[in-house]
Amino acid sequence: MIRLEHLTKVHATPQGPVASVDDVSFEVGAGETCVLLGPSGCGKTTTLRMINRLVAPTSGRILIDGRDTGGVDPVELRRGIGYVIQQIGLFPNMTVAENIGVVPRLLRWEPARIRRRAEELLGMMALDPARFLDRYPGELSGGQAQRVGVARALAADPPVLLMDEPFGAVDPVNREVIQDEFLRMQKSLRKTVLFVSHDIDEAVKMADRVAIFRAGRLEQYAAPDELLARPANDFVAGFVGTDRTLKRLRRIHVDELAPLPAAQPEDERLPRVLPRDDLRRVASLFLEHGVDALVCVDADGRTHGRVTRDAVARRLAQAGAGGSDPAIGAALEAAAR
Amino acid sequence: MPFRSASTAVPQRSPMPFLVLGAIALGVIWLLVATGTWTDMMRYRKDIGYLVRQHLVLVGVSGGAAIVTGVLLGIVLARPWMRRYAEPTIQVVNMATSIPTLGKLALMMSLLGIGALPAIVGLWIATLLPIVRNTYAGLRAVPGHLVDAAQGMGMSPGAVLRRVELPNALFVIFAGVRTAMAVNVGTAPIAFLIGGGGLGELIFTGIDLQEYGMMLAGAIPTALLAVAVDFAFGQAQYWLVPRGVNPLRNS
Repeated sequence: MIRLEHLTKVHATPQGPVASVDDVSFEVGAGETCVLLGPSGCGKTTTLRMINRLVAPTSGRILIDGRDTGGVDPVELRRGIGYVIQQIGLFPNMTVAENIGVVPRLLRWEPARIRRRAEELLGMMALDPARFLDRYPGELSGGQAQRVGVARALAADPPVLLMDEPFGAVDPVNREVIQDEFLRMQKSLRKTVLFVSHDIDEAVKMADRVAIFRAGRLEQYAAPDELLARPANDFVAGFVGTDRTLKRLRRIHVDELAPLPAAQPEDERLPRVLPRDDLRRVASLFLEHGVDALVCVDADGRTHGRVTRDAVARRLAQAGAGGSDPAIGAALEAAAR
Repeated sequence: MPFRSASTAVPQRSPMPFLVLGAIALGVIWLLVATGTWTDMMRYRKDIGYLVRQHLVLVGVSGGAAIVTGVLLGIVLARPWMRRYAEPTIQVVNMATSIPTLGKLALMMSLLGIGALPAIVGLWIATLLPIVRNTYAGLRAVPGHLVDAAQGMGMSPGAVLRRVELPNALFVIFAGVRTAMAVNVGTAPIAFLIGGGGLGELIFTGIDLQEYGMMLAGAIPTALLAVAVDFAFGQAQYWLVPRGVNPLRNS
């Protein structure tokens, strides 16, 4: 668990002191992914860098598992916190195996153990250890390098992971793939992750909690669904965008609409969805086929029931005010009536 | 390394340059023997042996001292806390570089008298500057995000320098050392003019006396030494700079 208490960073500038992070407090539970979101210069990266003390706070405290990080030697502290940056920062003078082994070596692991760990992590990242262990970073593609960067951060199995726009330099197609891989990994690893992003879609996809920053201040701290359903103010509403209901749809899955009404025999001809499909797919099937209902069928071919427009609208109404997105919300509500 | 794929194997280098050099050397030797100059030169065999040793001391001591001090000075200048003083210092270094070596030796003679010491100090200064400049430039060119990543992973400042900054700057540092040693070996014969000894004794005396055998007895070993030193540092650069940051080995 990570707790930030009244965290403030003041920089001296020619125009006088400026607070780049201003009295920020929030708490990230163990095993949660928290995305720090906001426009550039909003203080999200500075906040992240204060957690591993690459930046010293002007005032306030950071507690990791109840321990004040201010009293820990920064070098020791950082060895227990995984760190991934946008430029990846793989050391070009070291092989992939040596890069992954940096922190284990600092922690004085046996060379054989470091090598085994590097092999294990590459396997986890879907990179063939036999082919990649002894390559140099210059011989990797952007996506491969980014995976090695994540592997390196996980090498000593730190409970906390700090990621500063980790997938920002990867092209959009590969970014989706790496995000999915990371989500799958995170499901079993349950690291406490702080993740800086300026991309609302990435935040909605990755986060259990989102912290939205503006000009050094924390504007809202909430789960993505709540953030999208009930933006705290105009800035947050503007930042999440007018299509925020569409964004909510991708976080909700068909099986969360249960109980589904039983399917009728004439529903045979309706389009089908899987229980783990998100509601964005459901909505697009509604629009594409001009229907009001779909059939949910699992991978084994068993029918789970009907997915109707009013079930979707009811679900959207649950977390937030419902239908706050002018276009889709109204359309879905009208359909429900 | 237990494993190395075919694509990462050390590239085979062409033997052509060595063949060409060998042919030229054979031609020169044939010319020397045919014109009788070889016999003239061999009359100074004992002098050559003695002066080569003296010459090597000049080059070795001044060059060795310059590499050690130049790299250290470059590292210090590239430290973040030296940022304010680094650029002015480099400017001074640049100005000092533009003084001709003969001028530097003359200055040293007026400060330290004649003999080997002022020659070594003069050569040391002449050799120092490219090394300082390249060490500084090489370290400053290491991308900031590498240092950031290294610090963020919990490397101590010393470890960041040793394991990240220096290895990544090493190729540029070596380029500076190679340039500096070429200057050093090329200038060492002038040391004779301020009483420093070395092969310059045969060259300058040979010129004055219009004895080409004597002159060549100094000039040819000087040239061979220059080629050997450059070859040695080239090999060191090739093998000591990590492969991932060594353009010579990234085929």
